[in-house]
Amino acid sequence: MANLVEIRNVSKVYERGKQKVEVLHHIELDIAQGDFLALMGPSGSGKTTLLNLIGGLDSPTDGSLSVGGTRIDNLGQGALAKWRASNVGFIFQFYNLLPMLSAQKNVELPLLLTRLNAAQRKKNAGVALQLVGLADRVSHKPTELSGGQQQRVAIARAIVSDPTLLVCDEPTGDLDRQSAEDVLGLLQTLNKSHGKTIVMVTHDPKAAEYARHTLHLDKGTLVEQVAHA
Amino acid sequence: MKYLHLIWAALFRRKTRTILTLVSIVAAFLLFGLLDAVRISFAEAGKSANGAERLQVGARLSFIQPLPQGLGAQIAQVPGVRDVAHANWFGGAYQDPHNQIFTFAVSPNYFDVYPEVEVDPEQRKAFDANLNGILVGEVIMKKYGWKIGDKLPLQSQIFPNKEGSKNWNFDIMGVMKSKDNKAFQSQMIVLHWKNFDETTPYNHGSVGWYIVRVNDVNDSDRVARAIDAISANSDHETKTMTEQAATANWIKQLADIGLIVTSIMGAVFFTLVLLTGNTMMQAVRERTSELAVLKTIGFSNGSVLAMVLAESVLLLVLGGVIGLGLVSLISMALPALSGGMITHTSVGAKSWSLGLALAIAIGVVIGALPAMRAMRLNIVDALAGR
Amino acid sequence: MKFLMGLLTFVVALVGVFVFLSLSWQALPVLLVLLALWMLLTHRGQQAASVTAVGLSTLAQRLGSSAVIVVGIAGVVAVLVAMLAMAQGYSDTLRRTGGLDTAIVLRGASAAEVSSVLSHDNAIVIADAPGIAKDDEGKPIASPELVVAANLPMKGGNPEEDFGSVQLRGIGEEAWKLRTNAKIVAGRRFAPGVRELVAGKGAQRQFDGLEVDHEIKLGNQLWKVVGIFESKDAMESELWGDADVVGPTYRPSGSKSSSAVYVRLTGADAFEPFKAALTSDPRLQVDVSTTDDYFSKQSEGTSKAITAIGIVVGAIMAIGAIFGALNTMFAAVASRAREIATLRAIGFRGLPVVVAIMLETMLLALIGGVLGGLIAWLIFNGFSASTLAAGTTGQLTFQLEVAPKVLWTGLKWALAIGFIGGIYPALRAARLPVTTALREQ
Repeated sequence: MANLVEIRNVSKVYERGKQKVEVLHHIELDIAQGDFLALMGPSGSGKTTLLNLIGGLDSPTDGSLSVGGTRIDNLGQGALAKWRASNVGFIFQFYNLLPMLSAQKNVELPLLLTRLNAAQRKKNAGVALQLVGLADRVSHKPTELSGGQQQRVAIARAIVSDPTLLVCDEPTGDLDRQSAEDVLGLLQTLNKSHGKTIVMVTHDPKAAEYARHTLHLDKGTLVEQVAHA
Repeated sequence: MKYLHLIWAALFRRKTRTILTLVSIVAAFLLFGLLDAVRISFAEAGKSANGAERLQVGARLSFIQPLPQGLGAQIAQVPGVRDVAHANWFGGAYQDPHNQIFTFAVSPNYFDVYPEVEVDPEQRKAFDANLNGILVGEVIMKKYGWKIGDKLPLQSQIFPNKEGSKNWNFDIMGVMKSKDNKAFQSQMIVLHWKNFDETTPYNHGSVGWYIVRVNDVNDSDRVARAIDAISANSDHETKTMTEQAATANWIKQLADIGLIVTSIMGAVFFTLVLLTGNTMMQAVRERTSELAVLKTIGFSNGSVLAMVLAESVLLLVLGGVIGLGLVSLISMALPALSGGMITHTSVGAKSWSLGLALAIAIGVVIGALPAMRAMRLNIVDALAGR
Repeated sequence: MKFLMGLLTFVVALVGVFVFLSLSWQALPVLLVLLALWMLLTHRGQQAASVTAVGLSTLAQRLGSSAVIVVGIAGVVAVLVAMLAMAQGYSDTLRRTGGLDTAIVLRGASAAEVSSVLSHDNAIVIADAPGIAKDDEGKPIASPELVVAANLPMKGGNPEEDFGSVQLRGIGEEAWKLRTNAKIVAGRRFAPGVRELVAGKGAQRQFDGLEVDHEIKLGNQLWKVVGIFESKDAMESELWGDADVVGPTYRPSGSKSSSAVYVRLTGADAFEPFKAALTSDPRLQVDVSTTDDYFSKQSEGTSKAITAIGIVVGAIMAIGAIFGALNTMFAAVASRAREIATLRAIGFRGLPVVVAIMLETMLLALIGGVLGGLIAWLIFNGFSASTLAAGTTGQLTFQLEVAPKVLWTGLKWALAIGFIGGIYPALRAARLPVTTALREQ
């Protein structure tokens, strides 16, 4: 299968005041299209940093990074924003839904950046919410939803523009067992039935089992790759 | 536009805070609407289509100095002059010397120079026929509940009659009205100049001032100079001004209304900027993670800046519109409360545009800093809670 | 139910505010002492003191929002004080012009000097009345004066268009004996029989060309300004000249008539007999009043109008400030919900919490009030203003007086705003469900 993500010799250095901290060292990585990859490692290992680079939230200090054939390491902020809008969906540990909007309006957010009219946006959001099993909660505000439900709304928002890549940062970190299983199952479905490439950072080995591969990071370098069916 | 819903929802994120801030903004613009109505009232006083055709001729020495009667005929000779009327200050008071009613003793052709004053033709005829008759302005009639045909005892604060008494008696022959209530005659009384001159031993045939109607408004300056030239170097030198200039001059002596209004509004808007600025800064600071999320979704830095700016402008414009709207409601009572000094009955187009412009400007000023912060937000740091 | 409680609170607060606003300045230290005693001696009071202390110690962290209350209230107070200072300065200037031992005699039913005419004979009869003080030469100090107006160009304006009216007073020798507070500060007094004038300092400030040895044009006649006088009252806005020269210029037909006769009485108690003598005299039809009474009445209308405007503007601004304070204090209470709930859980009762929040708000309001008063004082105290005063024929110059009475009113308003702006948040803080607050993030 073709590679969706190609990472060549990528390093990331942060400047905190006068100090320079190299968080990632010479990462070489390919992620195939349709893969479901789990990134694990102790805190401070750089896994979130790597995720941010893959998702186009940040740019590497050195090296090249291309996603879907596009080099994103040399894009400016504005270009990255445009690229993210059509190519990536994000899912965070604390859901990051806008509290003053209903579930539907939250899901519609990425569609505001397209040329779709209001009726089309509403329809597409409805479809996404149906996919995550929340068709009956469209008018609820985040405060009226459980953690698991909020995360599923966030997933709906992440897929509504039909991106090829989904980037998840500890998606089940704040959920109880049952909700976590629901969410991970959903991710799996999106990967297997809808062909979405998913990169997921997690510290929970049980969550990593839902992925196809697991990568371990330690102190900014890839330590081992584990494949599981 | 499609972002309106998002911006509106963001604004009312914390309903109580937004509403409290909104009331402060409404109060500020309420004050602005009221003060600007006053300012414009004074600035526009004396400016009317009919007024543009009128010149006021008074003694150069002082406004209490009278002019000789013969001057009228000389003024009428000046090319460009259409009508010449004259009037004297009578100093009327009703029942109490301090209860003043503006009263003028006027020439028979007084209404020729004030075409905007409406008098019923029958009443006018009756007035012209009765030397002791008076016409009373509509507002005064209503205030005291007088009727046509009543005998009105009026005191003069200045002029006694032949017996030496300051108590005069007149017959109310009619009512003076004006369209839009703009003419000041609806708030005064006029009597015949001839009656006045013949009854008091103190006038000696002199005229308080002349009112001239010109043929062509563009000719006013030349006519004014020509009129003044007639009495140059005499003992009754004149100063002729357009009605607008005369009114403006009087108002300027009363108070620099513009300065007072501007100073007060300056203080008001300064404190408003601080108040709403603080609210906006707070609002943006609370939403760093939400703004970061918008950026991750793909909203550009520029659009995040625009959204925050739009939010603060929306807040200000909302408050401004409500405040000015309230003034329109209140100002329907203004003419009555001010005794007719303030004639505008609603917030005029000028005040609305100035008010809205100010609202937008203030919205931009207070939104600028928070919007820039939002724009420069580093996604990674914000999401990580730094 | 909640709405009724809110309404009741509002009514109580409003009543309290009205009562407070009518207090005189002595009430404040009394209230403060009572409060201090309560905080020192009673159990609840001590609780309140400690809560307040904690609140004040964290004030530095909330500088931005605290500044909102301070500046908002400072704005209200500054504007209010400025307007009241204007009214104060105006009425004081006119009131100072009069006294209880000087009387003014006008023709009956005259609203003001300018509309009164007294004949020469009238003046002689008046000067003969009982109760008038005598000068060194044994002559009665009775000054017949003629009040007229003159148009002069305003300072700093277009000489053709910007002219104003100045009150011109024709006087005789006796006027100087009567007005002992009028002193020549430049040049000299005018000589009798010639077209010479002295100008008051206020008039000099307002109009062009009123300098010693300058000539000004009144109508088409040239008059010379020979001196400047200072009297620190309404007279300072006038021009004075010889009545015998002013008269013919203005009243060519009238023979030596005056507008009014001013007399200095032997004492305040001489007024009643003096008035009785004149009003019962069949040769005269006059109105007699003390100058104190006369000038106070003249200033009433305008002074009331300025005060009314000041209060209306101040009230609207105050509403804005109140809501600003409410906003800030609600946010402050919300951000300290956990801290307050903890205190309540420990055992602090509701009242100390309410008092503490109120004190904090009112302290900020007090600072705002002082700041506003200070700004008004710095900018406006002594600021010259002028207007066409009622009852005169010319510009009256006066200076804004940021008097202690005015500052106290401003301060009272500030505290009242702080009170209303603090009471709702304070009540909310006291009624916060303890468990919810402790659970809140």
